Formats: sequence, structure tokens, C-alpha cells
Amino acid sequence: MDNVALNTSEFARYQRHLIMPEFNLDAQLALKKAKVLVIGAGGLGAPLLQYLAAAGVGTIGIVDFDQIEVSNLQRQVLFAQDDIGKFKAEIAQEKIIRQNPHIEVIAIVEKITSENALEIIAPYDIVADGTDNFPTRYLINDACYLLNKINVFGSIFRFEGQLAVFNYPLDNEIRSANYRDLFPEPPAAGTVPNCAEAGVLGVLPGIVGTMQANEVIKVITGIGEPLINKLLVFDALSYSFHNLKFKAQKDNPLSGENPSIKALIDYEEFCGIISGDQFININSITAKDFENLRATRTNFQLVDVREKEEYDLINLGGLFAPLSKLTDYIDQIDRSKKVIVHCQSGVRSRKAIEQLQKEFGFSNLVNLEGGLNGMNEVEIC
Amino acid sequence: MKIKLVAFGIAKDILTHRQQEFVFEGSSIADLKSNLLERFPAFSDLKKLSFAVDEEYQEDTFLLSEDKEVVIIPPVSGG
Repeated sequence: MDNVALNTSEFARYQRHLIMPEFNLDAQLALKKAKVLVIGAGGLGAPLLQYLAAAGVGTIGIVDFDQIEVSNLQRQVLFAQDDIGKFKAEIAQEKIIRQNPHIEVIAIVEKITSENALEIIAPYDIVADGTDNFPTRYLINDACYLLNKINVFGSIFRFEGQLAVFNYPLDNEIRSANYRDLFPEPPAAGTVPNCAEAGVLGVLPGIVGTMQANEVIKVITGIGEPLINKLLVFDALSYSFHNLKFKAQKDNPLSGENPSIKALIDYEEFCGIISGDQFININSITAKDFENLRATRTNFQLVDVREKEEYDLINLGGLFAPLSKLTDYIDQIDRSKKVIVHCQSGVRSRKAIEQLQKEFGFSNLVNLEGGLNGMNEVEIC
Repeated sequence: MKIKLVAFGIAKDILTHRQQEFVFEGSSIADLKSNLLERFPAFSDLKKLSFAVDEEYQEDTFLLSEDKEVVIIPPVSGG
């Protein structure tokens, strides 16, 4: 290994690694030489960063543009109460440098986009994807393929986790299957809720993120069998593990026989977040303007399209009209005055408005952008 | 054909159970898929449905046998 060596203090720190014959000095030096980019310093990012730092990964980049919110602390164990409001990437950097001063840690407080992804990822060997939305998942997948980087993928939903290693170099310059081989098309926007919408067991990202860190370490050191062309599906409630083999698909538009994707695309559009010709004109209101309307007691009806469990937990006193049973509540939605429709993040309310406009001819509906998440404080009813 | 259907992610919400017996006409994955879409139209929002049998993803033409365990794994996005 060129120019990489351990000093006395590092020998002491990594002693438990070094004494394992399956691991040894070469593996530890490989970790020190490795450059890993962790995208998303949230639930998965927290254990990933802590274990990669502890294991001695020499260079760790952290990409996250979010600030720490109180609702993150139930699972994002890198952060503490007095970190609320600070940038996740910066606090994570500060904490893991304290954990291991022998490593270099770079905080990138930016949203990863089609414009900057290649530049951000290029200096690293391996990406660990711990992001929280479909457009970014496809973006990272495609960027890693275009740059020939290994993508260690982790994803969670309520009590379930998914884990895989994409784009691993095999023989003859072939790369292992990627995210588009598993999920060629994103689900329709709003149909698969994220953690903010669906909830998540706090310990789940801890388990899945730790397994993700393990895959990163296996890939770097060459020990064991990483999840190449395999998707691990984990259920925390039953402790069932499914280890499902999948193949690279010939018709993969990125890596198949006739690739059509040769550069990064617009992933929001690809995932139907704002899709060109399907776009239905929907009026919207910002959280700030909405709060002003409430403060001035302007006359409007508020409709909450979240489900019962969410509504019972916290609500703004709006009409309960869950998206799943929206048609049962049509008669209760006012047609004569302004109606503001909201959910947790603004996705389901947009879907509800689309349906109400298209199927029931409403023309007085306004979507609350960002939903409850976009509001500063929410009164508990 | 009667199979054991194991559903993850949003598929579990749509089917309301993690595991259930599922009886349908035909024997291929494609038959299973069209039966599911007919009985649970919400599956159409997931666009492409993938199925695994014996711990391996299988194509539409794959023929199932009685009481086989079939796993549906839609994508999840949380992190």
C-alpha cells in the first residue's frame, strides 16, 4: 500500500481488528486509504458515520443540507438536544472527528443535485446512500454508475430495511447490478410515504445503518461476501431476513445493452414530483402565508388528508378527510370558500387536490406547501 | 393456484397482511400480477412489481407451483 502506514497510536486503537487473521494489517491500511462519501446524515447516516469513523476509514465526506430538528432525535443518535437548528453535516463532522482524530472528515452542506452530484462524488471511492427520497436515490445510482463508484445502498420503512451493494466491479470491466435493475421505475409520486409520512421505529435505522457500515467495510477490505446482486430485506418485528438474488437487466436504461441515460437527468421529473404533461394546475400557499391567514382569522376551510393515527396525534383542527377514504368526505368539503388542504409534507395533499379537481370538479382548493413539516410550531389539539 | 404471498413495504399496506394465502387463476408470475392488479388496483401506482421465489427474483414467465412462497418487495425510500 503506497505511503499508508499506521502510527503507534493507531496500532493501539485498531488492535482488535489487527489481531484477527481474517482482517489483519492490510485490511486496516485499506480502510485508512479509503475515501467514503456518506450521503444523508440522518437515521442511516448516524450509525454509518460513527462506525466508519471508529473503524478508521481515512477520509469520510458527509453530504446533507438539512438542519437538526427535534423529531430527528428519536433515531438520529449522533445529535443531541442542543444541536437543534444546526446543520447535520457540520455537527456530524464535529462529533466523528472527536471520536477518531486520525481521520479526515469533510462536511458538504449542500443538496445533492444533477448539477453538482458528479463533482461531489468524484473524489471518493465508495458512496453510502442513506438519503430519504426516490429522486435522490435514482440520482445517486446513476451518478455512481457514470463515475464507476460502488454504491452501498440502505433504505428503511417503518419496521423494514433494505440493503444492497450496487455497481461493484466484477471481471472484464463489468459492474454488478444497480438500483434500476431492482426498481426500474419509481412508484407514482406520493404512493410510498417517507419516514416523515409513514413513521419509523427509532432503532430501525440504527440496525440497517450499522449493517450498511458493515457492507462498506467488507467492500473496502475485501473480507466476506458483500451483497452483490443481492437485496437484503429485513423485518425488525419478526427478525426475518430475506436475501434475494437479482440480476442486471438487459433493458436497464443506464447500464443495459442500449443505454439511453448517458448523463444525469431531471430526477424530480423522472419520479413524477412535477411531471411536465401530467401537471395539473394546483394553487398553493406557503406555510408563512398560511400562518398569516390563520392569525388574521380570514375565512377558509382547512382540510387534513392525513390518516387517523396521524390526525389523532396532532392536528390543526381541520376537517379529517384521509386520502385513503377521501371520497367519503366529498360532501363535507366546502365549495363556496377557499379550502386549504394539508398533510404532513405536502405530497398527499397535492394528490388529494388532483383527485378532487379532476373527479369532483373542485376549483377552490389550495395546497399547503411543505405540510405540517413546513410550519414552525404546530398547536396540539 | 394457491401460493403464500409475503409482502413488504407499501405492498403490506395494500394487502393488509405480511403473509397470506393467495388463490388465483393461472400459474405464472404474470398471472399472479394481473390477479393482484385486478383485486388491488392500488398496485398500479407501484408501476413495476417484482417477485422473488426461493430467494431469487423471477421473470413474468416463471411458473409457480402450489404453496410456493412468493415475496413482493416494492421500493422504500426512508433514510
